[in-house]
Amino acid sequence: MDAALDSLYQEIILDHYKHPHHAGLRGDPSAAGTAEVHHVNPTCGDEVTLRVHLADGVVSDVSYDAVGCSISQASTSVMTDLLIGKSVEEAMGIHQTFLELMQGKGKIEPDEDVLEDGIAFAGVAKFPARVKCALLSWMAWKDATSQTLSKENS
Amino acid sequence: MDGLLPELEVIRKDFPILERQLAGGFPLVYLDSANTSQKPQVVIDTMVDHLEHHNANISRAMHQLGSESTEAFEAARDRVAAFIKAPDRDEVIFTKNATEALNLVANSLSWATGDLAVAAGDEIVITEMEHHSNIVPWQLLTERKGASLRWFGLTDDGRLDLSNIDELINERTKVVSLTWVSNMLGTINPVARIAARAHEVGAIVVVDASQAAPQLPVDLQSMEGASRPDVLVFTGHKVVGPTGIGVLWGRREVLDALPPFHGGGEMIETVTMQRSTYAQIPHKFEAGTPPIIEAIGLGAAVDYLDHVGLDAIHAHEQALTGYALEGLTSVPGLRVLGPLDAASRGGAISFELEGVHPHDIAQVLDSRGIAVRAGHHCAKPAHARFGVQASTRMSSYLYTTPTEIDALVDGLNYTRSYFKVG
Repeated sequence: MDAALDSLYQEIILDHYKHPHHAGLRGDPSAAGTAEVHHVNPTCGDEVTLRVHLADGVVSDVSYDAVGCSISQASTSVMTDLLIGKSVEEAMGIHQTFLELMQGKGKIEPDEDVLEDGIAFAGVAKFPARVKCALLSWMAWKDATSQTLSKENS
Repeated sequence: MDGLLPELEVIRKDFPILERQLAGGFPLVYLDSANTSQKPQVVIDTMVDHLEHHNANISRAMHQLGSESTEAFEAARDRVAAFIKAPDRDEVIFTKNATEALNLVANSLSWATGDLAVAAGDEIVITEMEHHSNIVPWQLLTERKGASLRWFGLTDDGRLDLSNIDELINERTKVVSLTWVSNMLGTINPVARIAARAHEVGAIVVVDASQAAPQLPVDLQSMEGASRPDVLVFTGHKVVGPTGIGVLWGRREVLDALPPFHGGGEMIETVTMQRSTYAQIPHKFEAGTPPIIEAIGLGAAVDYLDHVGLDAIHAHEQALTGYALEGLTSVPGLRVLGPLDAASRGGAISFELEGVHPHDIAQVLDSRGIAVRAGHHCAKPAHARFGVQASTRMSSYLYTTPTEIDALVDGLNYTRSYFKVG
C-alpha cells in the first residue's frame, strides 16, 4: 500500500517541504516590475502570498510566504528553483509543461530536462484532490507575472 | 466500554456501505460523519420503494399516485416533527439543507416589516465558532440594512466566552443566531441560557442544530418558552437521511410574520396579475416542487434514529468521544482543538499534529482506509481564533466502534513515522 503513498510523497517532495528554497518575501512590492498576489485554495485553506520581480524580460526573483500541506509547499519551492533567472517566455513554457503534467491524470511521462525536481510531482497527478495543492503557487506566479506585464505595457 | 450501543454489530449491518473494502484491501473506517453520515438500508429502501411504486408530484395531482405521494410527503413532515418534538407539525418547513434554511430566515428578515424589521443601528449577534453558513447570511443582511454584526468570542478551551453576554445582547439586538454543537470544536453551547437572555431584550433566537440533531435528543415541547429558540434548523444528510433535504422549524408567530422567501407554485393562496396572497405555513415557505423522495427518505431516517433512541445514541457518542480523546492525546505532538471532557462536547474532534499538515495526515490515513476530514471545515474564523490554518477532524456516529478509533490512533502514529516527525 505504501507504494501508492510513496508515488505521491517522493523524497524530493519531502526534502523541499522540510527545507523550502527561496522562502520569505523580498524586495519592495510597489517597485517597478513587481507584482504581489495572494492566492488561496478555498476548499482546504492553503494560502500563498507571492511576489514576482521582472527585470529586462527575466524573472529576476520569486519570493513568497506560504502555508499549506507538503505538496503545496514543495511545489512552491521547486517552482522558484525552476523559474528564477529564466526569461519570461521560457518560464511561461515551463509553467505550461508543469500544468500539462498535473492535468495528465498520471499518464504523462515528465521531461526531467525541463522540470528537474518538478518530475517528482508526476505521482500527484494520480490524486485529483491534491492537484490543486500542487498548482496553487504556479497559478499565483502566472497571475502576478501577467499583472506585472500589463502594468509595464500600460 | 460503558455506554456503547448494546447492539452495535446489528446496527452496523443496517449500513451496507460499512462492508466496503478500499484500495489495498483495507476495510472502510468511516470517521467523517459530521461531514455526512452514512445511510441505513431502510432509508435507501424507502426511497427506492417510493420511486418504484408511488412516484408522482404532490398536492396537485388528482390521481391515486398523487395522493399516495402527498400522503408520504406529509407523513415525513409528521415524523420530523416528532423527531424534534415540535409543538405544531405545520411549523416544520422542508428546505434544501441547513444553509438554505438559514438563508431563508436571514433573507425573509431583510424583507420583514413591523417588529421583525432589521434597520440601521440594530444588532445581530452570532458566535466565533459558527459554520460559514451561519456567518455569511448575517453579514449579507447587516450589510444591506446598515445593521451591526457582533459575536461571542471563544475561550482558550473552545467554549463561548459569556462574560459579556449582557452587554453583547442588548436592547438593540434583533437576532441571536448560534450553533448548538460546534462542527469544529465539538463544543455543546448553552442554548437555553443564551435564548433566555435574548428573549429578555425581545430578540429572536435562531439555532443551527446541524451537528446537534444527529446526536442530542431535541425536545422543543419540553423547553420553557423563554429558553426555547424561535427557529431551529438542521440538515437531513447528517441524521442518516439523504442529501438535498433540510429542516427549518419556526415558532408559528415568527413564521406568520415573516414574508415569503421564494415565490412560486404551492406557496400561494391566490394569484392575479396584480398581486398574490400566500398559503399558510408550512406551504408558504415551500415554493415549487420540493425534494419529495428526499423528504420521504428523511422521514425514514429520523424514524430509524428514534427507534434506536437518541438517548442511547448520545451515550454511545459520549463513550466513543471519551475513548477517542484518550487515544488521540496519547499521540506525541497532537493537540486537540476544543474541550477535552467528553461530557461537554459532541463527537467531532479536530486536532493538529506537530510537523504534519492536515492534508498530508488525511492522505496517509486514506491509504489505510480511514476517512477523516482535513481543512478548515467551513469554520475559518474559529480556526483563526486558535491560530491554525487547517485541522484534521475525526467524527464518529452510532455505527462507530472502538476498534475504528484504535485504527485512527495507529494511523496517526504511522503518519508521524512516515513523515519522520519526532
